[in-house]
Amino acid sequence: MKLLKSVLVATALALATSTAAMAQRTDVVIGMVLEPPHLDPTAGAAAAIKEVGYANVFEGLTRIGPDGSVQPGLAESWEISDDGKVYTFKLHTGVKFHDGADFSAEDVKFSIDRAMAEDSVNPQKGLYSAIQSVEVVDSATVVVNLKHPQGAFLWNMGWGEAAIVSPASADGNKERPIGTGPFKFDNWAKGSSITLVKNPDYWGEEVALDRAEFRIIPDSAAAIPALLSGDVHAFSNMPVGDALPQIESDPRFKVVIGSTEGETVLSTNNKKEPFDKLEVRQAIAHALNREEIIQGVPPGLGVPIGSHFAPHHPAYIDLTGTYPYDPEKAKELLAQAGLPDGFSATLKLPPPSYARDGGQIIASQLRQVGINLEIIPLEWADWLSQVFTDKNYDLSIVSHVEPMDIGIYARPDYYFQYENPEFNAVMEELEVTTDEAKRNELYGKAQTILAQDAAVGFLFQLPKIGVWDAKLEGMWENWPLSVADLTKVHWTE
Amino acid sequence: MIAFLSKRLGIGLVTLLVASAVVFFVLEILPGDPALLMLGMNATPEALASMREQMGLNDPVLVRYFSWIGGMLVGDFGRSFTYSSPVIDLIAERVVVSLPLAIISLILSTAIAIPVGIFAAARRGRMGDTVSMGVAQVGVAIPNFWFALLLVYVFAVWLRLLPSGGFPGWGAGVWPGLKALILPAIALALPQAAILARVTRSAMLEVLGEDYIRTARAKGMPRRYVLWRHALRNAMIPVLTIMGLQFAFLLAGTIIIENVFYLPGLGRLVFQAITQRDLIVVEGVIMLLVASVVVVNLVVDILYAVVDPRLRVSA
Repeated sequence: MKLLKSVLVATALALATSTAAMAQRTDVVIGMVLEPPHLDPTAGAAAAIKEVGYANVFEGLTRIGPDGSVQPGLAESWEISDDGKVYTFKLHTGVKFHDGADFSAEDVKFSIDRAMAEDSVNPQKGLYSAIQSVEVVDSATVVVNLKHPQGAFLWNMGWGEAAIVSPASADGNKERPIGTGPFKFDNWAKGSSITLVKNPDYWGEEVALDRAEFRIIPDSAAAIPALLSGDVHAFSNMPVGDALPQIESDPRFKVVIGSTEGETVLSTNNKKEPFDKLEVRQAIAHALNREEIIQGVPPGLGVPIGSHFAPHHPAYIDLTGTYPYDPEKAKELLAQAGLPDGFSATLKLPPPSYARDGGQIIASQLRQVGINLEIIPLEWADWLSQVFTDKNYDLSIVSHVEPMDIGIYARPDYYFQYENPEFNAVMEELEVTTDEAKRNELYGKAQTILAQDAAVGFLFQLPKIGVWDAKLEGMWENWPLSVADLTKVHWTE
Repeated sequence: MIAFLSKRLGIGLVTLLVASAVVFFVLEILPGDPALLMLGMNATPEALASMREQMGLNDPVLVRYFSWIGGMLVGDFGRSFTYSSPVIDLIAERVVVSLPLAIISLILSTAIAIPVGIFAAARRGRMGDTVSMGVAQVGVAIPNFWFALLLVYVFAVWLRLLPSGGFPGWGAGVWPGLKALILPAIALALPQAAILARVTRSAMLEVLGEDYIRTARAKGMPRRYVLWRHALRNAMIPVLTIMGLQFAFLLAGTIIIENVFYLPGLGRLVFQAITQRDLIVVEGVIMLLVASVVVVNLVVDILYAVVDPRLRVSA
């Protein structure tokens, strides 16, 4: 009897596993560290909003591909006038919003006007700064008039914040996002998970997944067992800490180290003494040992940078050698600046570990050349008010994660308080330049100016530590935008 | 009894009122701009101004305080700045996780602690006492998050019997919901049980030294009967006090365990709300917790009166 029972159990198990193997998996659980505050990309800057919604739920006129290139989105094609000021978009037809409303040129006009309006709360309102007006030609054609030619216009329209929304549902997107994408919002168990399901009426290429769940796992100590136990299949960027070797050696998982748009810098208050002196900033640059700082921020995979630019971009130039690590030279420069005995300053650090861990190392490196830093830890809200808004700081460490954000150094009131007319001129020219080669050249020029001015201490590019099931394919390897685009994700068995 | 209850209720209401003022004005002076946190470092000044207006941050402080208090009296806790849904809904979603978790842990810790405490007291100084109190000592000393991780590795990663964390929601059924709460409840209950066992033991020892216990034994009453019937009942007062405190802690002080198991409980809601400067949510949850502590204390007071009839008269 006992024997019969075990035979039965074994047969049942064999049957169960074989049928499971026949059908390909169509569900996936993605782990994420931070929960989005809400799900409306046009009303909040949190990266987690886009991580869930970008390309999955919401679409824009254009979209950014995994390689950072601009691809058609809801606009099937476009024409640009000779003076670069008029963009005529031809839209896809037969597109529906998830609530059943038809998508048309009116929705494009509505979305752009809404983002530009006086009472707009779009966190990237600057993306729309060059737009003069939007005209609906017919239901499938829309014309955008610009004030001046803008080189990055099509790229700007591919950002998550430039999502096309419907007037009927726009105000409810925080709780119940309605877009045109291949996945529909299904459920949000607050504090726990967000579930998307396949949109059967999707206008474009069908996605392989039926169901995708984003599970919120705030603690790295919990992320690792969640992966190991199979509860979570993938992390776009996993908080691994020093457990990376353990995961890498496990054949069940694939680890893909990619790059991000996060330039991590030692923010410097350029208008405050003694940082207003070029020699002092150069001295700091010479005193920083990037390799040591990177090693001190587990898992030690950051890529050294010498200016404010992502190494994966074609316009990147390696400027890490501008002021190489040289403590003696740093002391000389301090003496030239009239500070032979060094000086004391504060280092205000936000919560992320790259700042808290990196800050300790930087403080000890600067002490070698006579600069004594008092470390002041701050939480984000406090950091944003004290450092970012009130500019009440000497030095800080933060990763600037917005894509292609070198232009922040030209902002008159930005917290770096950096001002160089030459740099501003390059940025102005760049804004109106559309020729790709010329743009890259200008980007190069801008990077060089910042590096030579030692505008801030350039440290490293944040890595993206992608970890997923070895049988899962189609996840982004790099992060030109920090998103979890699931449109190409599928199981191989 | 009526006078006793109404006096307790009155004290409870005053506590709530004082707490509301403290909570509101302390949070008011906390640095940080919720609008800036929401819109981030690239936000234009106009967008920030619109956001502040939307969040209702432009009204004077006193106006906001009284409209908040007034709202709560009619059950309206306001709307979250960040989630933009009613605070009461957010709290309700979390209470259905935190409350069962707290109850399960409390039952578990009581079921372990009281028999162990009585056992140790009855065998004072002997092997059983030394061993059980030694184990309790270890239980107090082990950090509960470490114990939680140990449980995860054994039961989720290695044996794969239970989920490593998360909460499927009660909509997925009672058993999946309970399954998700088993490991966190054990992790929470163990240190609580250790403390409670030690308290039970010392309370029992004190009572066992009383004259009436000796009298009861001398007149030939069975040992077991004396222990459970006469001694335990009198030893319950300090035990109940500790249990009341523990329950209040289990409701909201479990943020670390909630993080290890990524459970959407009240502790994490408060933590998230503080970092996001979602003050109205912080205020709402804290008021709820103050209220629950008041209620738990009231229940404990009533239980005192149940176990000790003298208190019914004197209070």
